[in-house]
Amino acid sequence: MRLAQHMAVASDRVRATAIEATEFPDLSRAYRVMAVPKIVINDRVQFEGALPESDFLAKVLEAASAVH
Amino acid sequence: MSILTERDRQAVRAELAKLGGPVKLVVFSQSLVAADLCRENEQLVREVAELSEQVSVEVLNPAIDRDRADAYGVDQVPAMVVEGARDYGIRFLGVPSGYEFSNLIDAMIVVSTGEPELSDTTKSSLTGLAGDVDIKVFSTPT
Repeated sequence: MRLAQHMAVASDRVRATAIEATEFPDLSRAYRVMAVPKIVINDRVQFEGALPESDFLAKVLEAASAVH
Repeated sequence: MSILTERDRQAVRAELAKLGGPVKLVVFSQSLVAADLCRENEQLVREVAELSEQVSVEVLNPAIDRDRADAYGVDQVPAMVVEGARDYGIRFLGVPSGYEFSNLIDAMIVVSTGEPELSDTTKSSLTGLAGDVDIKVFSTPT
């Protein structure tokens, strides 16, 4: 969550939501959360585990540029 | 009974000394939906707010304060918006305990300064974003 929330402050385009998985089982099921942390960007790019900042940014840019 | 121990309070107070401006925690609670979790969330937030004069708390009920909930994009409880000089889009769904608690404190600090700790490369890449980016981070307390 740390990188996500700093990115949210850096850009008006970015929104970051921390979700406590066990308290929101429906959301966790919908996003197939099997391990944490699990990061889902624009409902289309997802990964598990912490990434270095440059790799996290690459995922954000991938999600932002994906065709709707 | 307090959620934060005296040791927690000392550590949080020291962290909140880094706040660069006012922080508002907008908490969404709805006792008919998740009474215990909402109560715990509110209590935790109030205990944190007691540790710095820069921190204020507002509690809203999404069933009553519908316009505010819609404006914040909040439709589940317990939820919280962490605002600094403005709403930067940072939300917490669920009680931010354990690992998420340190992220909450970190979020408060970064919204208070408006200065993200990111590399220049990351910042310039984000400035150039053409579309909206919604990042969801699922975690558990431990």
